[in-house]
Amino acid sequence: MRTPDEALLDDWRARIAQASAQRPLRLRGAGTKDFYGESLAGEVLDLSAWRGIVDYEPSELVITARCGTPLSEVESALAQHGQFLAFEPPAFGGDPTLGGVIATGLSGPRRPFAGAARDFVLGTRMLGADGELLRFGGRVMKNVAGFDLSRALCGSLGILGVITEVSLKVLPRPRLEQTLRLELTAADAVRSFNRWAGQPLPLSGAAWDQGSLWVRLSGASPAVRAARERIGGEIIEEQEAQLWWNNLRHGRLPLLKSERLWRISVPSAASPLPLPGLPLIDWGGALRWYAHLPPDARVRELAAASGGTALCWRGAAPEGRFHRLSPAVAQLHQRLKARFDPRGIFNPGRLIAGL
Amino acid sequence: MSAPDVASALRAILPPGAVLASAEQRRPYECDALTAFRSLPAVVVLPRTEDELRAVLLTCSRLKVPVVARGSGTGLSGGATPHPQGVLLSCARMSRILKIDPENRIARLEPGVPNLQVSQAAAQYGLYYAPDPSSQVACSIGGNVAENSGGVHCLKYGLTIHNVMGIAGYTMDGERIELGGGMAPDGPGLDLLSLVIGSEGLLMIVTEVTVKLIPRPPVAQLVVASFASVHTAADAVAAIIAAGIIPAALEMMDRKATVAVEPFVHAGYDLEAAAILLVESDGTTEEVRDQVADIERVLRECGASALRVSASEAERQRLWSGRKNAFPAAGRLSPDYYCMDGTIPRKHVGRVLDEIARMEERYALACLNVFHAGDGNLHPVIMFDSNEPGAWERADRFGAEILELCIEVGGTITGEHGVGIEKINSMCVQFSSAERAAFFAVKEAFDPNALLNPGKLIPTLARCAEYGKMHVRGGALPHAHLPRF
Repeated sequence: MRTPDEALLDDWRARIAQASAQRPLRLRGAGTKDFYGESLAGEVLDLSAWRGIVDYEPSELVITARCGTPLSEVESALAQHGQFLAFEPPAFGGDPTLGGVIATGLSGPRRPFAGAARDFVLGTRMLGADGELLRFGGRVMKNVAGFDLSRALCGSLGILGVITEVSLKVLPRPRLEQTLRLELTAADAVRSFNRWAGQPLPLSGAAWDQGSLWVRLSGASPAVRAARERIGGEIIEEQEAQLWWNNLRHGRLPLLKSERLWRISVPSAASPLPLPGLPLIDWGGALRWYAHLPPDARVRELAAASGGTALCWRGAAPEGRFHRLSPAVAQLHQRLKARFDPRGIFNPGRLIAGL
Repeated sequence: MSAPDVASALRAILPPGAVLASAEQRRPYECDALTAFRSLPAVVVLPRTEDELRAVLLTCSRLKVPVVARGSGTGLSGGATPHPQGVLLSCARMSRILKIDPENRIARLEPGVPNLQVSQAAAQYGLYYAPDPSSQVACSIGGNVAENSGGVHCLKYGLTIHNVMGIAGYTMDGERIELGGGMAPDGPGLDLLSLVIGSEGLLMIVTEVTVKLIPRPPVAQLVVASFASVHTAADAVAAIIAAGIIPAALEMMDRKATVAVEPFVHAGYDLEAAAILLVESDGTTEEVRDQVADIERVLRECGASALRVSASEAERQRLWSGRKNAFPAAGRLSPDYYCMDGTIPRKHVGRVLDEIARMEERYALACLNVFHAGDGNLHPVIMFDSNEPGAWERADRFGAEILELCIEVGGTITGEHGVGIEKINSMCVQFSSAERAAFFAVKEAFDPNALLNPGKLIPTLARCAEYGKMHVRGGALPHAHLPRF
């Protein structure tokens, strides 16, 4: 007699076996990031039923959960023990699954100070194209056995296989957080961010929007107090501060809701880009959002000239959403895809057109 | 292709002095820091530029000659052990710091730059490169990328993977590729940077590394705590983490280790303690004062029998010196030693140390234990005398059994030293054949002709089948002189 778990996995295996290039699978958790990626194709394989926290021991700083586990469930389990996902995955107003969080690999405002989603991945289980359950990495902090496929699956948008389970490093929530606001131009804000980031200050957020620079400090109270005196500005009341950082994290600030939106990733101290309109700046200068730009090769050129890349986040993208890969790197992608998914059944075209 | 033919093909494309072909010249390259495995390479090349390095790869690809990359040769798993018919590609002459950018807080480096030099070059800006493997005076950034090296400060500051922004280099067919975001945080496509970091020279040759620099914490203080048993010490480690404290370093040494190092370094360790913990706090004066008080409180609550807090930088350095000299001390006590590198969930530390103590009796070999307790990374050091018949085989078997125990409790065979040639058989135990096939799929995508560092990291099916046969026989049959239990 099969357990319900075995039955579910067998069902997925059958779907994988029946799929073909003509009838591919579209891997889906909660669907909160359907807008993300090049294009959606195939019959939905709903992964939300494979859910639940498999293992969580706060003193190990590791949580392991199945792909369909809602982010809210993970975060509330962690919160009960004063811990959190330090990469602050964006939820975009819904309740994404943990599998979706890792498959997209997106990170929130704390990223330059705490690390990106992939930096917290310790292990991944994956259902491959031949239905085998594979396990890469593990539940320990340090592990260099074999190629690090567990981290490489983070941000893969499901093109290599179905992420079924993830182990993540978690961190204690800072004892104190305080937010400061200063009125500065964008250029001055970027200069300030980079000056502060070069000093031993307990920074955990640095963003600029509509003429205001927001700095978040996290840590022990004497350290936060000392940093506050150094940085100056207006202390924002806790509730308002949390609301603002959450709105930034989840894409709810006005500029982030624009119909057309470019996400440009650059070296943090890069000068303001000569693009029309004021950006929203996050990650201490390394992430710049521009609204209302035409889907223009010029945006990509400017991003590249600054040492970065541009991603067309929302709005028509006839040239593709993601920055183009160099031919040699694109060839590596083709070869990896051909070996991991020889029948081309997993999320075709989602990460790279035609792949 | 004979060795002289390979040498002359390489001489034709490289400047004088870049190709070493005599046995005498090749001898220094016959092993890395895992000296039990030695093999003379057919030829050694020392390119100075990317163009020269690319020319070496194109020539070797054409001639179908294996290439093994080497940084400073400090690796502990035989990742740079030469291939007898292959070219040993030393990156030692590509050792320029290309750029220190204090504003963006990054450094661009050639692969041969020694790890410590990065921090020295960045010091004038109050910045440093965080990963600090114990060999940081000598080990190169290129080698750190190949091994995903750690150090004592990983728990707070991460491994190489967390501190490298991007790399550039060449695939075996001479294509230049850039991976990661470079100076920007994100790049498009799959995160191939994650695959290459820790790939032990099997995927590509790295010629440029962009690393993160972070502000140097102005203050660091070390707390040393004594415990009456390794179990209470292990519980104290868990209690520190559970209290929401992430120390800069959290190390454990058992009594065998403290007794071994104390006569040489006079660190002032409590030799009565069954285990000591070294807990470091770093940050601003305010942060450290606060955190050290918390650490002391938790350690006392966990039954520490003695506590010592460094009162000066000199004292902190002295207290660290014992931990940092644990391996050399083993070398003074015993003609040979074999250092293991498994990582386990912290909760199993006590059990694993008990098991190791039982193995010591069974294999009749002493083993001292130092480890990165904060991240569960064990470094049991097995002491033996290779002149004694069968001793190396016993040490080897002892080590393999420790690794299998690590896997059994949910850990891994290597936390930071890499698989190389040393732990390749244990890969058969940790990974299924389908998982190993996935590793080969990655390898084929980057290096279809399998010319880069062949025979390392991923065992073939045949190799695992062979090891499996040995394995069920308890390792006894191939070494008839081994004692049976």
